[in-house]
Amino acid sequence: MPAPAPHDPLTAPDAGVTRRSFLRTSAVLATGLAAVAASLKPLFEMEDITSAQQFMQKYYKELTPEDMAKVLQRIEGEVEKEYGVRPHVRDLRPMDGVEFVYALNLSRCIGCRKCVHACVAENNQSRSPEIQYIRVLKMPHGTFDLEKGDHNYASEQVPEKGFFYMPVQCQQCHNPPCVKVCPVNATWQETDGITVIDYNWCIGCRYCEAACPYWARRFNFTKPSIPAERLNPNMSYLGNRPRSQGVMEKCHFCVQRTRAGRYPACLEVCPTGSRKFGNILDPNSEISQILRTKRVFMQLKEDIGTNPRFFYYFDV
Amino acid sequence: MITAARNYLVFLRRCARVAFVGDWRYYSWMGVLTVIILLGLNAYAKQFAHGLIVTGMSDEVSWGVYIANFTFLVGVAAAAVMMVIPVYIYDNEELHDLVIFGELLAVAAIIMCLMFVTVDLGRPDRFWHLIPGLGQMNFPASMLSWDVIVLNGYLLLNVHICGYLLYCRYQNRKPTKWFYIPFVFSAIIWAVSIHTVTAFLYVGLGGRPFWNASIVGPRFLASAFTAGPAIIILALQIIRSTTHYRITDKALLTLRGIVQVSMIINVFLLVCEVFKEFYSGNLHVASAKYLFLGLHGHHALVPWIWSAITFNLIAMVLLVLPVSRGLRYLNVACVLSIVGIWIEKGMGLVIPGFIPTPLGAIVEYTPSLNETLVCFGIWAFGLLCYTIFLRMSVPILQGRLSKANEGISEPGPNDIVAETSVTSHS
Repeated sequence: MPAPAPHDPLTAPDAGVTRRSFLRTSAVLATGLAAVAASLKPLFEMEDITSAQQFMQKYYKELTPEDMAKVLQRIEGEVEKEYGVRPHVRDLRPMDGVEFVYALNLSRCIGCRKCVHACVAENNQSRSPEIQYIRVLKMPHGTFDLEKGDHNYASEQVPEKGFFYMPVQCQQCHNPPCVKVCPVNATWQETDGITVIDYNWCIGCRYCEAACPYWARRFNFTKPSIPAERLNPNMSYLGNRPRSQGVMEKCHFCVQRTRAGRYPACLEVCPTGSRKFGNILDPNSEISQILRTKRVFMQLKEDIGTNPRFFYYFDV
Repeated sequence: MITAARNYLVFLRRCARVAFVGDWRYYSWMGVLTVIILLGLNAYAKQFAHGLIVTGMSDEVSWGVYIANFTFLVGVAAAAVMMVIPVYIYDNEELHDLVIFGELLAVAAIIMCLMFVTVDLGRPDRFWHLIPGLGQMNFPASMLSWDVIVLNGYLLLNVHICGYLLYCRYQNRKPTKWFYIPFVFSAIIWAVSIHTVTAFLYVGLGGRPFWNASIVGPRFLASAFTAGPAIIILALQIIRSTTHYRITDKALLTLRGIVQVSMIINVFLLVCEVFKEFYSGNLHVASAKYLFLGLHGHHALVPWIWSAITFNLIAMVLLVLPVSRGLRYLNVACVLSIVGIWIEKGMGLVIPGFIPTPLGAIVEYTPSLNETLVCFGIWAFGLLCYTIFLRMSVPILQGRLSKANEGISEPGPNDIVAETSVTSHS
């Protein structure tokens, strides 16, 4: 039916605004806007809205000491407002002449998972949904095929006969694939060997999580929740300060402790002394001695070329 | 200068007006798309407020249908080149007036790609951290930064080529060669690069043996050059039936030749991959085993991948046989290829890469309803964009919307059929 429509206000050439076309256009516009507004309603359910200062915050490596002082103060305020606890947030830098290395004694580990929970408490990880940096695998004797490991064992008593236990956390690689793939440099390796994340710079693309061969990275799929009374107020910027929704986090060898001369929480809590940690650049450190004298069994997935700073060894 | 700017604004205004005019079929199509877009927007608002927890993703399977769709659509965008090459390198007459529809499809596909990446971000508010100068771009180390550059570059190239050629046609003047030919040839190379870079995004991960295989790149291109032209074959027929724009069966059969060869190569590469994974029998076969056979009692993807393989094989047989010279069988083959490749390249490539995890755990993934709605919303938005592009470009190419008739009449809803029935008979 090719009937021409000469009076159609939308097609008539430059007809000016008639009353009818004006009403019609306004009605369409109003309905459209109302529909868009209605569909955006869930935005009101948002819990924490990014402040202008958070939005504008510069990249960690570009912050001057004055900028950093302001940022730390702001973060202390944010934490206090949310948890009612005034934390002490520091920006601890790597120490000169220090490179941290971790070693774990597979002959001694009994799989009690005390390290897992000490880590959660120390590093202010989300309790719901649960985030843990350390995963302990219960491995049957005689294999090193990780697929045979049990991640969810709930034994009454450990260790169980016929098994050994292998905790895995960030291996602090010399060639970290996570750092290579990050599109915005939000994660990098520091001079003391620790790979850290600027939680205020991460865009949450999770490419690092796909790249990590050790499944060491965790994503905040929603706003983390930590009971206020469990909050550890001794915090550092690149370490255990509370994270926000939508960013990555991972084991950082407890920078808030180790850069202040203390051991990581997982080591301190270990009842069997399976965990050893120290400065590899100091030939007299315990860690140097272990790597020299023990049967150092391996770096996990050595074939991938990541060259971890985390070693597994046996007592001999 | 001012006149030129004013002329251009008039052109844009008239194009915009045309987009709001159509017959009842046009309005209902756009209405349905708008409703789906709003549903998707609503679902995304929920995700924005509560985080990616509303999706089916987890720390174990940290990418899902968003990235799967993204990967597929990069291929669709790249496939426009399969119309550009015959026209600009082999001077194919039949496709000459149609190549712009392929380029416009690329524009719509890239828009969808960028949206799929954005909805996958945990912190979309920090997108500016990616902008060189303003933020930090980890270039050239991160393949994702390469992807940002090539995708946006490809978008700009195609917007420029389409926009310039259409504006020239509108003004009824011959386009200046140096102002678009160099861009056309850059776009050809660029098209290959967007899909290669997207493949390298996966290939570069040494900790994921399923992706860390050199065959992924070639397979990406082969499947893209199958699914992309298949979509164009279907789109051209829709354009033909709704606008009576002159599109010959010969043009469609030229594209059939491309889909045919690409599908054969695609299936061949699949055979190579399956052989390598299963024959050697090393432990890295776990992901492939999960995909094709199921692993330790988990087999969510098995029915999907076998449907995909069945679709691809049927499509290949149809494409090889002379029956697909008839449009009915050709269309069946195209639909089967598109669905088959969407499954194989989306879910079939992204998800098994995460299963089992690098520490050997098996956690399965199913997209949530919210996630699915966001996907539908983005697809609807892409289709809406493509429809608008076509609604503007078809009358320009037909000469019904031109500088000559400025102020006289604009193609209304009803004269589409009237005028074009004349042109199609001539």
